[in-house]
Amino acid sequence: MSLSQTIDAPVGKLASAPSQPLLSVDNLTRVYGKRIGCADVSFDLWPGEVLAIVGESGSGKTTLLNCISSRMTPTCGTVHYRMRDGESADIYKMAEAERRYLMRTDWGFVHQNPIDGLRMTVSAGANVGERLMAVGNRHYGNIRNTAIEWLSRVEIDEDRVDDQPRTFSGGMRQRLQIARNLVTEPRLVFMDEPTGGLDVSVQARLLDLLRGLVSDLGLAVVVVTHDLAVARLLSDRMIVMKEGRVIEAGLTDRVLDDPRAPYTQLLVSSILQV
Amino acid sequence: MKTLLVASDVKKTFVMHMRGGVELPVVTNVSFSLKSGSCAVLGGPSGVGKSSILKMLYGNYGCDSGQILVQHHGKHIDVASADPRMVLAIRRDTIGYVSQFLRAVPRVSALDVAAEPLLIRGIAQEIAHQRARDLFAELNLPEKLWSLPPATFSGGEQQRVNIARGFITDHPILLLDEPTASLDAANREVVIDLIARKKADGAALLGIFHDQDVRNAVADHVIDVSAFATGKTAA
Amino acid sequence: MNALTQNDSAQNLASYNFAYLDEQTKRMIRRAILKGIAIPGYQVPFASREMPMPYGWGTGGVQVTAAIIGRDDVLKVIDQGADDTTNAVSIRAFFAKTAGVATTTSTPDASIIQTRHRIPETPLTEGQVLVYQVPIPEPLRFLEPRETETRKMHALEEYGLMHVKLYEDIARNGHIATTYAYPVKVEGRYVMDPSPTPKFDNPKMHQSEALQLFGAGREKRIYAIPPHTEVVSLDFEDHPFEIQHFNEPCAMCGAEQVYLDEVVLDDKGGRMFVCSDTHYCESRRADGHRGVLLGDDAEIEKEAM
Repeated sequence: MSLSQTIDAPVGKLASAPSQPLLSVDNLTRVYGKRIGCADVSFDLWPGEVLAIVGESGSGKTTLLNCISSRMTPTCGTVHYRMRDGESADIYKMAEAERRYLMRTDWGFVHQNPIDGLRMTVSAGANVGERLMAVGNRHYGNIRNTAIEWLSRVEIDEDRVDDQPRTFSGGMRQRLQIARNLVTEPRLVFMDEPTGGLDVSVQARLLDLLRGLVSDLGLAVVVVTHDLAVARLLSDRMIVMKEGRVIEAGLTDRVLDDPRAPYTQLLVSSILQV
Repeated sequence: MKTLLVASDVKKTFVMHMRGGVELPVVTNVSFSLKSGSCAVLGGPSGVGKSSILKMLYGNYGCDSGQILVQHHGKHIDVASADPRMVLAIRRDTIGYVSQFLRAVPRVSALDVAAEPLLIRGIAQEIAHQRARDLFAELNLPEKLWSLPPATFSGGEQQRVNIARGFITDHPILLLDEPTASLDAANREVVIDLIARKKADGAALLGIFHDQDVRNAVADHVIDVSAFATGKTAA
Repeated sequence: MNALTQNDSAQNLASYNFAYLDEQTKRMIRRAILKGIAIPGYQVPFASREMPMPYGWGTGGVQVTAAIIGRDDVLKVIDQGADDTTNAVSIRAFFAKTAGVATTTSTPDASIIQTRHRIPETPLTEGQVLVYQVPIPEPLRFLEPRETETRKMHALEEYGLMHVKLYEDIARNGHIATTYAYPVKVEGRYVMDPSPTPKFDNPKMHQSEALQLFGAGREKRIYAIPPHTEVVSLDFEDHPFEIQHFNEPCAMCGAEQVYLDEVVLDDKGGRMFVCSDTHYCESRRADGHRGVLLGDDAEIEKEAM
């Protein structure tokens, strides 16, 4: 799917924006005994929107991400996802088979540490092709070609297709993880600190890649990060969390340029200038 | 002449929690309207709140109270209370903005930066890039820079990329924050010409120009922001 | 050892329950077998018992056989196709002693055939049971070490990983390099490891008239393929499943389209390929068929015998 394929759509198509959110989170709460993981979080996410969940360690942002991506059951509250047929489904009322299928096709999850999101002992091509095989693709040649195409989209050289991720650098592993997630053209991708731990130049390259892919594929993304610069670069909207609660939410540039809540002002003023 | 934007009783105060909660009032009772085919200028001394007003119109700053009504796809929408998705839609289709400083993103070429407002509206890449090239040529941006990321450009070069990005679409409302600040005389003339063409196309422009000559050349009327000041100053 | 032998020494039976296992254990194993038959290819956990041979020596197969064997059964035991290797001989003796049943090396004459890593060449018929000894029952184990995950994958029919393994084979070797324990899909539902039989034998499992039972003692699993069940080897559309082909027929009986073992003859590189299924080779020779090693020269035949 090249750039020109998606943006030849006339302006009219964009003007008729979908009227229903893709993901609806209502009063999501997760507690660990007496400790609050996250509390009373509500938001909607529309197709093609990028939402950043920002906070420092212990803010509850990772708990929230896990709860909305079905990796952790919330204590109360609901998460509704609009399926491809237009029906809205409570993800925790789904049968497990359906949920797992969703996670392999319509959803993606990019882990902070690519090792958690890859099979380190199989080749890059197999890593990318696995989801295709999981949904029934049985033509080796086609699977391999699709894998090679995706590797080139994430700027991994074609001749690495049979190499194992063990031989890749951190940035390459992360890009491979992204390719592995996007091969089934998901509509919603969750990212947990996707650039954490990467060198600055590698980070820049990855962010640029993510921006491009998000725009090309019309992905909706929920990205958890503690790095406000990443939030500014990638997201349209932002949620600031502290101690499990939402402190402030709104347009990313509004929250960063005109922070209202004391904690948000503290965060923004703490950014180092280069 | 149609009225495209009406600001009524807009008020803005900064509460600086890092400084013990001190309140810095910026503006109050801001009311004005913008009409198609004209260019209004925000006047007043530095720090009186001109930039803040522009940013509130763009949804970049919030307002404490008041309304900012714009004509968006035939409907009246209040930017001040619109939800984030609506503000994004308004920015995509209705209100354009030339900021004072270009926020350079690593690895994205000047051409892509300028073309982006068209690309997100669904215009084909070739057409968008061609329009960007045409604007760059008018603004005398050296061709060898077009495919480079602007992070290493000079202030004036960055500003010209910014201007191209702001003028490339057909947004009915265009906000300009010191667009000629780092430009030489020749390029100031180009910008004046671009503004005149936008006016002829029926756009409503609102700008901040510290340069007197440019202001005289483009302004149809001046909105004196000091009338909205509340005594203390903040930018 | 071609004739049927009967062990009717009653005092040997006195120290063991029939077929060694107690009746309650047999019931438990039979229940597991029934479940396996009801859900072809599904691995049924069972409480594997301590047997008088160590893990890795066929305890799973022995427990399955012990649970189903009756006084009128005729038992054949083979190991890599041969009746006369140590394991086959031991297990056959074990059942002769603890169950007093008749034993045989003839495939058509047996009602129960316990096998390690091969399926007999002679097609099996209705009423026969083939009991396989299985080391690792889980086909996904090498790619997914967690039992919790593999159980879910079977339950939810998530077998993409299986094809990842085959994909890797093709990527590395240009073709699917798995030559034994080649995974199959049973009745279009469960993916199963057929035990380390050569892939050559996979087609024999498909629509067999016999009942096929699989026992893994160390891993404590039993699974089954009822008669006339669809068993399909996994592959890719553009890399279809193929069995091994041998360039020469059996050196002793001249059989073609059978699985051959390689036998080293001397230290000068001399070798011959002979039927892995010893009974099959014997019966062909009894019928007069001769391979290159035995054919033409009657002197050599006399010496070889």
